[in-house]
Amino acid sequence: MAEASGTMRVEVVSPERILFSGEAKQVITRTLEGGEVAFLPGHAAFLGALTENHTRIYLVDGSIQNLAVHLGFVEVGADHVTILSDSAELEQDIDVARAKAAKERAETQMRTEHSTEVEADLRRAHARLSAAGGLNSSH
Amino acid sequence: MAGGQERILRGRIRSVQATKKITRAMELIAASRIVKAQQRVSAAVPYSELITEVVRDLSAAGAGSESPLLAGRDQVKKVCYVVLTADRGLCGGYNSGVMRATEGEIKQDALSGRDHVIVPVGRKAEGYFRFRGYNMAQSFTGFTDSPTYAIAKEIGEYVTGLFTSGEVDRVELVYTRFVSAGNQEVVQRPLVPLDTKVAEGGDGKSEAGHDYEFEPTPELILETLLPRYVEARVYAALLNAAASEHAFRQRAMKAATDNAEELIKNLSRIMNRARQDSITTEIMEIVGGAEAMASGN
Repeated sequence: MAEASGTMRVEVVSPERILFSGEAKQVITRTLEGGEVAFLPGHAAFLGALTENHTRIYLVDGSIQNLAVHLGFVEVGADHVTILSDSAELEQDIDVARAKAAKERAETQMRTEHSTEVEADLRRAHARLSAAGGLNSSH
Repeated sequence: MAGGQERILRGRIRSVQATKKITRAMELIAASRIVKAQQRVSAAVPYSELITEVVRDLSAAGAGSESPLLAGRDQVKKVCYVVLTADRGLCGGYNSGVMRATEGEIKQDALSGRDHVIVPVGRKAEGYFRFRGYNMAQSFTGFTDSPTYAIAKEIGEYVTGLFTSGEVDRVELVYTRFVSAGNQEVVQRPLVPLDTKVAEGGDGKSEAGHDYEFEPTPELILETLLPRYVEARVYAALLNAAASEHAFRQRAMKAATDNAEELIKNLSRIMNRARQDSITTEIMEIVGGAEAMASGN
């Protein structure tokens, strides 16, 4: 049934509210250790943990909803994709200037010390910038 | 003198009127915040329902067996109580209800030889338990009327830390559940180890009936998921407590306003009588004086 209609219901849920909900044709995200995965309607049931990433939701009207997801989970069925994340930001909510500053700060810190925390900061900043389209190719 | 009494009464009425204005304002503020707090409670429901479902599916897939957060301990020597109260008073029995329930539990524990440690959330709990000399761990204050997820995360991380380090063997959450605007109840819920009943009931399959694919392994997902689940539980409790706090405050302030009205009514009555008395006395004095003068002639 879902395969016939060619769309699936996508929901991005944060603890505070439902961030996004709509019909889509494809969702691309990135799992822990697994790399990027794309989900199309009719995908087998799937449960995954996500890393900091730039998630793309291809909506039925042809536009793309970009968002930065910082850790979380994805639950997929044939007709739905649900992303659970305690910190996810939609493209339009991202503060590019702040993310850029955070990226630079993390990069300078990386030169002096190498901690997992700084790495995570950098990955978060990357995900934000990538989702907001503000990531220059020179990174 | 009668005139003096009248002045004193007038002063008291003015003071009660001023208090009434304040309690009325607090009542209206609380009433408007209940609605917002209620919306936040229901906005948090989808996340916590989904995360519970995922925990179920994972443990049904056999991932839950060795997770430290799921396994209970055979011997419970020390129980941690996370007590959710308000930062401020003037909310009727809200704070005392939660604190009394906690004290009762601690007494029960003491009888069966269990030690306790309290993690107070809200200034009222902190002051109360510190004054009475209970064992205290870190306290969290300054946000109870509008809690954020970041705070829930902090509390969640702190108590799971206490549990995994072996400091405590059980963590209980004591808070006021918001049933409806007219009904709230103090409840105590186990937080860590997670209720095994929660983990039961999943079938490891989606509604469509397919087995789940996991990436990475179910164990790894569960490991990152359980702390989030604890945080979501703490967050839901914080939101419930905040909504209840506003509801309690609204009721308490409504009672205070009504009482002030009653007081003003009674005081005005006494004042009017005093005023009338003094006028009567004055007339009597004038009449008496006039008569004395007439008889003198």
